[in-house]
Amino acid sequence: MSEGSVLAQQMRPAAEPRPLADHALVQLTLVRFREFWREPEAVFWVFVFPILLATGLGIAFRNRPADVVKIGAVGPQIAAALRTEKSLAVDVLDLAAGEQALRAGRIILLATPAAGGGVTYHFDDTNPEARNARMLIDRTVQHAAGARDVVPVTDALVREPGSRYIDFLVPGLLGMNLMGSGIWGLGFAIVDARRKKLLKRLIASPMPRSQYLLSFLLSRLTFLYIEVAALVVFGQLVFGVPVRGPLWELALLCLISSLSFSALGLLIASRVRTIEGASGLMNLVMLPMWIFSGVFFSADRFPAMFQPFVRALPLTAVIDALRAQMLQGVGLSQLGPQLAVIGGWLIVCFFTALKLFRWR
Amino acid sequence: MPTLPNKPPVCVHGLRKAYSDVVAVDGLDLEVRAGECFGLLGPNGAGKTTTIEICEGLLAPDAGTVELLGMRWETDGPELRQRLGVQLQETQLSEKLTVDETVRLFRSFYRRGPTVTEVIAMVQLEEKRGSRVGGLSGGQKQRLAMACALVGDPDLLFLDEPTTGLDPQARRQLWELIERFKTEGRTIILTTHYMDEAERLSDRVAIMDHGKVIALGSPRELIASIGAEHMVAFAMDGGAAPLNLASLENLDGVSVARCENGGYELQVRELHRAVAALFEETARRGIVVTDLRTHSATLEDVFVSLTGRHLRDE
Repeated sequence: MSEGSVLAQQMRPAAEPRPLADHALVQLTLVRFREFWREPEAVFWVFVFPILLATGLGIAFRNRPADVVKIGAVGPQIAAALRTEKSLAVDVLDLAAGEQALRAGRIILLATPAAGGGVTYHFDDTNPEARNARMLIDRTVQHAAGARDVVPVTDALVREPGSRYIDFLVPGLLGMNLMGSGIWGLGFAIVDARRKKLLKRLIASPMPRSQYLLSFLLSRLTFLYIEVAALVVFGQLVFGVPVRGPLWELALLCLISSLSFSALGLLIASRVRTIEGASGLMNLVMLPMWIFSGVFFSADRFPAMFQPFVRALPLTAVIDALRAQMLQGVGLSQLGPQLAVIGGWLIVCFFTALKLFRWR
Repeated sequence: MPTLPNKPPVCVHGLRKAYSDVVAVDGLDLEVRAGECFGLLGPNGAGKTTTIEICEGLLAPDAGTVELLGMRWETDGPELRQRLGVQLQETQLSEKLTVDETVRLFRSFYRRGPTVTEVIAMVQLEEKRGSRVGGLSGGQKQRLAMACALVGDPDLLFLDEPTTGLDPQARRQLWELIERFKTEGRTIILTTHYMDEAERLSDRVAIMDHGKVIALGSPRELIASIGAEHMVAFAMDGGAAPLNLASLENLDGVSVARCENGGYELQVRELHRAVAALFEETARRGIVVTDLRTHSATLEDVFVSLTGRHLRDE
C-alpha cells in the first residue's frame, strides 16, 4: 500500500447519523423477536399451552349443582319416608342385594329397619360424601317421623367468581408461565449462542456487551405483556376470573417477577456450554417450584417443616402475590414479604450471573 | 491513535500462551506490512488459531505484546474493534435469520462502513438476500461470515481457516473473493492448513509449528529456500534392494533425498537432468522404477523439509 492510502485511512469520516432502526440495540432486540416468532414450538409453549391447560382444568373442575345422592333402603316404609327428599334417589333392595350394591359403590348408604321401629345406616364414615349423605338422610327420616326445626333458617346462595378452582388456577398458571418463559427464554438462547460460538463472534465485533443483555430484557418485556394479557383476558372472558387490584399493579408485579426469573435464567446460562447441560440445570431449578409453589393446589398443604423452604422459592412468592392481587384486590404495598422474596432473587441472581458470565 | 505511515499495522512480539497441558504459542514474533495478505500456515495444533485470537483481542496472552494499527487492546479496545474485521473458525450464525437481517445486525455495531446492500453484493449473495441462513450451503454461509467481517470497512481483516470444510468449487469462489479484498488495499491475516491456499493468497507466509514460526517469507522465497524447484517421487518393484539415500543425493541435479511411504522423494533443482540421472542409476542397478511422479515444489514440501512431517498429519 502506498503511503498516501495509509494516510487516507487515518482520515476516516466521522460516524454518519443513522436512523433509529439501525442502532445496535434495536437490531439486537429485533433479532430476539425474529428468533422467537420463527420458532413455532416456543410460541406454542408460551402462548397456547397455558390457555389449553386453563381450559382443560377449568372444564374438569367446573362447579356443578349438587348431584342426586344414590342410596338403598330395605323395606317399603323406610323407602317411602326417604322419597320425601328430592335430592335422594332411593332403590328398594333386600338386605343381601343392598350390601352388595354398597360394596360395589352403586349406592353410598344403605338404610335398614332395626328393632323397635328404628333405622340402621350402613356407610363408610371415612368417605366425606357418605357422611354428608348420612346427615341428609337422618334429617329426612326424623322429619318424616314428625320432627320439626326449632330455629327458622333460610339459605342465601353465593356462587361468586374469585373463590372457585379456576380462579385459584389462573394466577398459578400465570406464575408458572412467567417462570418458564423467563428461565427458558433467556437461558436457552444464551447457551445456544455460546454453543454455536456466536457469542464469541459477537464480542469480536464492537457490539456493546450491555446492549446484548438489554435486548433480551426488552424482548422479554414485550412478550411478557402479550402472554400475561392472553391468559388474563382468556380467564376473564371464558371463566370470569377477576382482576380485583389495579391493572398497573398487576403489570408491575408481572414485570418484577419476570425480571427475577430472567435473572435466574441468566445465572443458569452464565457458564453452561451445551443444550443438554442447560436443560438439566433448568429442570433441576424449576422442578421444585412446579411441585412446591402451589400452582395447582395451595402451598399451605405442605407440612410446617417445609414451609420456610416453600416460602423462599420465588415462584411461591409470585403466585401468592398474583392470587392476592387478582382475587382479593390486595395492594402491592401489602405484599411486602412476597416482593422482598422476588426482589431478593432478582438482585442475587443478576449480580452473581454478571460475575460468573462467560462469553466464550 | 494514528497509524504511522512507516509503522507496520501488526506488530507482535514475544507472544506466549500456555494452556494447562500444552504451550500453544511459544515466543512468537510477527510483523505484517500494510496492504499485504499475510498467511499463517501450519498443521492443526500449531498455534495458528491461538495466535490470531490473541490478535483479535479474544484471548489474553501470558506474555508478549500485540500492537495493531498503532493501538493496544489494553488501552484502545473499543476503537480497535471498530477497525478490525473478524471471521472466526466454526461460528454458526443464527439459522432463523435471513442473510439481510444478519448483515444488518452486524452493520449496526459499526460507526461507519458500506451499506448492507453493498456488503451483500461484495460477497455475491444478492440472490440469497431474503433466504434464511439455515438454508445456505457451506460456501454461502462462509461468504456471509465474510460479509459480517467486512461491514465495518476494516483496515485489518482476520480470516481464520476461511475455507476449511468447503468443497473445491466453494473454496475457489472464496479465494476469488479474498483476492478482490487484497486489491482494495486491505491488510489481511489468514490462517490455513492448506498449502495451496496460502500459496495462492499470501504475499508472505509464516510457517508455524509447535507455537513457533519456523520459516517466514514469500511463498516463492520459501520454496526457493529448500534449494529445489521440483519434487520427484517414485517407487520401485517390490523385490528390489533398498536404495542408498546418499547415492541418490549424489545424482545430478538432486539436492535432498528422503524415504517416503515405502518409496522415495527427491528435491530437485533441474528436473530434466535429475530424472535422466535417476533412470540411468536404476537401469545400472537393474531396478524397475514404478509410479514416477513429479510436481513443482510447494509450501507443503517446505514444511516437510523443515519438520519431516506433512501439514495434514494429525
